[in-house]
Amino acid sequence: MQRFVLRRLAQSVLLLFVLALIVFALARVSGNPADLLLREDATQEDRAHLLRALGLDRPIHEQLYLFLAGALRGDLGESIRYRKPATEVFFERLPNTLRLLPLAMVGALALAIPLGVLAAVYRGTLVDRVSGAVAVLGIATPSFWLGIVLIYVFSIRLGLLPSSRMGGPSHYVLPTITLGLFLVAGMMRLVRSSLLEVMGSEFVKLARLKGLSQTVVIWKHCLRNALIPVTTLFGVYFALLITGAIVTETVFAWPGVGRLTYEAVIFRDYPLLQAVILLKAIIVLGVNLGVDILYAYLDPRVRYA
Amino acid sequence: MARVEERIDESALGRPRGDLARLPWVSFAIIAVLVLVAVLAPLIAPHSPTEQSLPDKLLPPAWEAGGSARHLLGTDVLGRDVLSRLIYGARVSLIVAAVALLAGGGIGLIVGIVSGYLGGRTDSFLMRSVDATLTFPTILIALLLAVSLGPGLRTIAIAITVLIWARFARVVRGEVLAVKTRDFVALARVHGCSHLRIMAVHIVPNVLNTFMVLLTLHIGFVIIVEASLSFLGAGIPPPTPSWGQMVSDGRSHIASAWWLSVVPGAAIMLVVLAFNLFGDWLRDWLDPRLRQV
Repeated sequence: MQRFVLRRLAQSVLLLFVLALIVFALARVSGNPADLLLREDATQEDRAHLLRALGLDRPIHEQLYLFLAGALRGDLGESIRYRKPATEVFFERLPNTLRLLPLAMVGALALAIPLGVLAAVYRGTLVDRVSGAVAVLGIATPSFWLGIVLIYVFSIRLGLLPSSRMGGPSHYVLPTITLGLFLVAGMMRLVRSSLLEVMGSEFVKLARLKGLSQTVVIWKHCLRNALIPVTTLFGVYFALLITGAIVTETVFAWPGVGRLTYEAVIFRDYPLLQAVILLKAIIVLGVNLGVDILYAYLDPRVRYA
Repeated sequence: MARVEERIDESALGRPRGDLARLPWVSFAIIAVLVLVAVLAPLIAPHSPTEQSLPDKLLPPAWEAGGSARHLLGTDVLGRDVLSRLIYGARVSLIVAAVALLAGGGIGLIVGIVSGYLGGRTDSFLMRSVDATLTFPTILIALLLAVSLGPGLRTIAIAITVLIWARFARVVRGEVLAVKTRDFVALARVHGCSHLRIMAVHIVPNVLNTFMVLLTLHIGFVIIVEASLSFLGAGIPPPTPSWGQMVSDGRSHIASAWWLSVVPGAAIMLVVLAFNLFGDWLRDWLDPRLRQV
């Protein structure tokens, strides 16, 4: 178990290091990173001054050392737009995103599990076809557009729900739906296929022979096993939500780290963007690592695979 | 294990499902129209996609009150014809999809073949990289590329390549593992073929079906990614019309001019839906074992 944890930890750290190298290199392939920082009206003197201040006049290996040493201390540069350390800006916004993600995750599960079960139990019937069609449609719908359509229908036409920014509980409804639906289609298909697989296994036949009712067999005996693949993918779903939050928060002007990513892109705020990316990567890799360790702890087969 | 064999046997029976008679005609028609529209854009677009006309700004579609037949789908804030922009936008979507899929799919194909065929350390290194890419939210790298390299077709193609190569590599590798144990590979080796020749001449044709299916199944995904990147300001820069950009531009006018966002978004959905259904059919026809993907 210890070896497994250490190996996975080493892999995550290596991945993070590679990512840091990519971030470092990308700032330099397109020219001098100072040019990404300077305003358009900057003079040559400003530029030279900035180069010295950031250590960009030194040889490349020293620059890399400075960058990595800074990153380890949590110093990823200063946001151009906010004129504050980029990490600070990120952590100010993070709680707002963390309020949205669990809701979207729970909402997606609450919708995907019953739909997946119904589709599997009534396989081949109208129920299965309709839920299959919903899944296909869900995959084809761009979530940024879904968010806008929801705003148009529920905020503008019907005037039922607020369209943007944070506030009371009603502010959470549309962003949660937009972000959650992003996951539902894939989850539902997974629940359906793994439930179908479990329903064909021996222990289910035994449960039926014992005379247990259909409800008990499906919801108690089968579903538990069918949900294993879904829990394994928790890390993947989490990564998808972090990514999906960029678009969702942009549409709903939600002041979280997703919206911050968008701002960094449109204002070409490179230091902010690199901080956002590295910190999000740490969060995603951390969650994945946690899920894997938990999984290996629960299921010894994983450890030795 | 037994289940795997069953599945292979089933597919060995030939092409049980999805023959030509079951071709999804609606999807096929949508795709055909899309391609035609993209190719013939200059001939069928009623107006220039970039020409501004401020007196005509924010005209509603023809069927709404105040709409005119001159602008069937209305006009945007700058008085540009939405239908014409939609037509030219189809070009952008298809060109980006084609370039990105060929680049990303091509790299995935090569990595998958090399990894599966050579095995050993190369295989485990390449597959680790694939796993790493798949667990990582690669769209962030795409955004980073857009900011550092500047937006444009090249950037978006690189970004999407980064996003999809690993998916191709993993599936192709699995396929190669099965192909390389077949007798003709051993015979080619005995005959004196180099590994390179075996991979290029004997393995590639045998994974081509899978590759084609993967390509088709990813067209929709790539179109959505391109639209999302454009929406986030990291796509093809204006004034070139792209559907994602159009949805984004219309967002601030949603209360007064719903068509600006809704129409191009609906176009994205329809086209992605058509490509996905077509891909599903092609998979059933060419390579039913891929159902699991």
